[in-house]
Amino acid sequence: MTQPLPIPIRPTGASGSTSRRGETSVRSAPWWVDAILLLALAALAYGVAKAASRWSTPLAPNVQIDLSPWLLPTYAGLSTLRMATAYLVSLIFALVYARAAASSRGAERVMMPVLDILQSIPILSFMPGVVLGLAALFPGRTLGLELAAILLIFTSQAWNLAFSFHQSLITIPQELDEAATIYRLKGWRRFTRLELPFGMIPLITNSMMSWAGGWFFLTAAEQFSLGAEHLRLPGLGSYLAGAAEHGDARALTLGILTLVVVIVLLDQLLWRPLIAWSDKFKFEQSGTEAPTSAVLDAIVQSAVVEWVVHTTRRFGGRVGRLLRRNSSSSPQAPRGQWPAWIHLAPNIVSGALFAVAILWGGVAAFHTVAGLSASTWSLIGISAAATLGRTVISLIVALWTVPVGVAIGMNPRWSKRMQPIVQVIASIPATAVFPAFVGALIGVSGGLNIAAILLMVLGTQWYVLFNVIAGAMAIPSDLNDAAVNYNIGGWRRWRTLILPAIFPYLVTGMITATGGAWNASIVSEYVLFAGRQISTVGLGAVIARAADQGQFALLLAATLVMAAIVITVNRVAWRRLYRLAESRYRLG
Amino acid sequence: MTLIADASLSQPLSRPILAARDVNKYYGDDRAPVLDKVNVELRDGEFIALLGPSGSGKSTLLRIMAGLMRPSAGAVVSHGQSLDGANTQVAMVFQSFALFPWLTVLQNVELGLVANGVEEAERRARALKAIDLIGLGGYEEAFPKELSGGMKQRVGFARALVVQPEVLFMDEPFSALDVLTGESLRAELQELWTTRAIPTRAVLMVTHSIEEAVSMADRILVFGANPGHVRIELRGLPVAERARKSAARQHLVDTIYRIMTNPNEDAVAIAERRPALPGRRPERHRRYQVLPDVGIDDLTGFVQYLSTIGERANVHDLARDLQLRVDDVLAIVEASDLLGFADLQDRAVVLTDVGRRFADADLDEEKALFRTHALAHVALLRHVVRELDAAPSHTVDADRVVEDLEDAFSSEEARRQFETVVDWGRYAELFAYDDSSGELSLDEETGRGAAHDLRDHAMIDRTDAENDLT
Repeated sequence: MTQPLPIPIRPTGASGSTSRRGETSVRSAPWWVDAILLLALAALAYGVAKAASRWSTPLAPNVQIDLSPWLLPTYAGLSTLRMATAYLVSLIFALVYARAAASSRGAERVMMPVLDILQSIPILSFMPGVVLGLAALFPGRTLGLELAAILLIFTSQAWNLAFSFHQSLITIPQELDEAATIYRLKGWRRFTRLELPFGMIPLITNSMMSWAGGWFFLTAAEQFSLGAEHLRLPGLGSYLAGAAEHGDARALTLGILTLVVVIVLLDQLLWRPLIAWSDKFKFEQSGTEAPTSAVLDAIVQSAVVEWVVHTTRRFGGRVGRLLRRNSSSSPQAPRGQWPAWIHLAPNIVSGALFAVAILWGGVAAFHTVAGLSASTWSLIGISAAATLGRTVISLIVALWTVPVGVAIGMNPRWSKRMQPIVQVIASIPATAVFPAFVGALIGVSGGLNIAAILLMVLGTQWYVLFNVIAGAMAIPSDLNDAAVNYNIGGWRRWRTLILPAIFPYLVTGMITATGGAWNASIVSEYVLFAGRQISTVGLGAVIARAADQGQFALLLAATLVMAAIVITVNRVAWRRLYRLAESRYRLG
Repeated sequence: MTLIADASLSQPLSRPILAARDVNKYYGDDRAPVLDKVNVELRDGEFIALLGPSGSGKSTLLRIMAGLMRPSAGAVVSHGQSLDGANTQVAMVFQSFALFPWLTVLQNVELGLVANGVEEAERRARALKAIDLIGLGGYEEAFPKELSGGMKQRVGFARALVVQPEVLFMDEPFSALDVLTGESLRAELQELWTTRAIPTRAVLMVTHSIEEAVSMADRILVFGANPGHVRIELRGLPVAERARKSAARQHLVDTIYRIMTNPNEDAVAIAERRPALPGRRPERHRRYQVLPDVGIDDLTGFVQYLSTIGERANVHDLARDLQLRVDDVLAIVEASDLLGFADLQDRAVVLTDVGRRFADADLDEEKALFRTHALAHVALLRHVVRELDAAPSHTVDADRVVEDLEDAFSSEEARRQFETVVDWGRYAELFAYDDSSGELSLDEETGRGAAHDLRDHAMIDRTDAENDLT
């Protein structure tokens, strides 16, 4: 038999010499890369230990935040640690929840709408209850507050991760799925070799978005006002809030600068390398340009990292074996011995518990809310209308991103250069800059109104911009060529080509933006600035004031109204538009 | 010499190592099964090919026998035991390779061994051996996106063979490769199989290529569609006669072509070269006329082509010259035959008088001819026009038509037929279809006129009455 001659393609893989077959040695990094990494690891370990020791310190009410700039690095470190912890918890939650939801049709039908509702509820209104509860769990210790802060940040990070992973799970190509089943990859192995890699790229992009969302709530998460008590956690968020309260412009500026530095560092040291690394998970086999990162290259070649990876793999293997021993057989191999209903038993029990919990909660809520007077309800109604008006205005204002986004997206040079910059700018939370607006507009009548709208716009226009850029990049070049060829220019080209093409993306961006705007209303319509309470008419103000003054019935009622509005608008307006976008305006 | 596989003539009946018994498969609420009482037996030392047009359920059967799907009725028996869950004696090679893009070639090949709990060192050694066996030595650290199609499929083979499966399943393994690469890989696989270089005891291959089946298989099962069923089991050629251009090979290929180009006739009768006894129905007959999956361009192009090459062509040659798969050629030929533009005589396709006029006509006359003949012969088209005529404001919801079709076909097939009839109806200017609202509406002039004709003349379908949809 003649030796087959495959078409020679040089495998790129890892360059360097091949010592034994099947084992390639990587070119090793210069010694100082290893030194830096070791130092970083040591610093991280020290930081975590120090922070942990703080948690058991007694809870000091009315802690004053020291506005000295020398404390900024410490505060930055603490805040980042909080964010990182919340992110890890969100990630684990998302992976587990999405996996559970994807495991059966029944589970999916319940769990995904629940996720949708959770995503629509304004979290900040639940804060007081959460803080009280956790503080009661750990009486007299800061730990309770830290957990509350982490939980709050978690709620701004977890949902889109869960949605994204779920989406990946249900779109695994059929043949890959079958190959995994045929070659008997079950449970943990299936998760690590098929499901997680397949969903890796969307997970990473959504993680970036989650962090951006987390920064947004930092100021709100690190301080809690319950009636007369002002509880604060040391961190960047409370630093900025404290600066705003005292009207200290210098401290405010330094605080914002520190935040920007932290965000840029994270971008360069964490996200860029991750995106470059994730290229190997790309499923389409096209030859598009792969992103590069010098940091990634340096890290990959370091011996420290190799050791970490090796240990993680061994650890992962042990986890896998543990899970296999404890779990019964996977969903793929149905058992013959047990009667069918036994499998359903846990589902039935948890479903029943869930139903009972909802009923009980619903009844309790009803009682609480039923006591409110008619005038209170009308106040809520008017405030809701005001905030609704503001969100609509902010969406309209955000439309400036459409021409800009199209210009960037349709120009490949610009889009390549602008994308990372825009991503960093978008991560900088508007809430940090908000006090500056308040300060500037405080003299103007109706000033807070405008400031609130500005906050909404700033917080949400990035979602629209990203999506419009992505939509513009997706316009096939030959459609554009045809437009040029047939002399379709100006407004007509917008009407017949550009707007329809970006329509689905625009709708997606708007959906995300609306949710963000409502959340932003809670922090922007009722503020403490330079020792004064300023507020404007709006549902967010109602909620924030009720929380501040401990009026729980009003708080509950207003929160429910807000959640109801968001969910209704979502279903009625956005879902319809989205379906229209999907069916008629999808390119190809 | 009989081509039909007859168990009593071969070696004494050994127990099959894997068998499908009376397998039925329905999807969802479909009333028509995708597979209808299929029986397949795989014995030690056999290479079996499942051949048939698309929609005949061969891939579904493969997946059921691999344990990837459960049959709606019947069972898969492996070594005398009913199958419950994934079939552990089977390894599968996929049409589009199914390699994990984030794993290297070596890691992909090791995949099956990982699940079997093989130790790392031994895993590597066995994987390297399999990679050498299949000719990919040197590519261990490459990622799938760096490989060509043929090399990717080699990885697929290596991955399947490294677990030393008892039975090897292949789902159209060479159809995604170009002709030359496919040839090369096929030859290598055959070498591995015939020289017993691999411990696999039996091979089951799904293919749509008659040439492939004849070159490789000991037994060939020809499937029919709607519903999927085995029409006939043919004995493959002895190894020595599988070389190109032997008379026996030509005869077998001919027979299979003849069987496949006559989907409604008794396959056994065709194989035995005798006319079917009058009054004797084929074992399974289609109760409803199936509209072939052919677009208007393909149809008009084909009639044009046929008239250019001398009004007559051999189906085998057509497949080769037009570089089409067998099922695609058969579908076009069937459509032309249905409309009366061409005649299927034995294995040759002959242009009819009407077909000649169609080929020579200008666009208007072409449409008029198409309209007349389509209405005369295509029951589904008549059905739709009648529905539109009877409906208020002459519009009908598409879903209703699809639902009617689902009475006789699986929902996927129903959807497919609906799309075809819309394509034909639009070309004939009988009706219009608005995709976003999902509505069909009768054409003001030609549509109304045609409906009027149907009403007045009560046109009788020239084909068998039993084939009428309504």
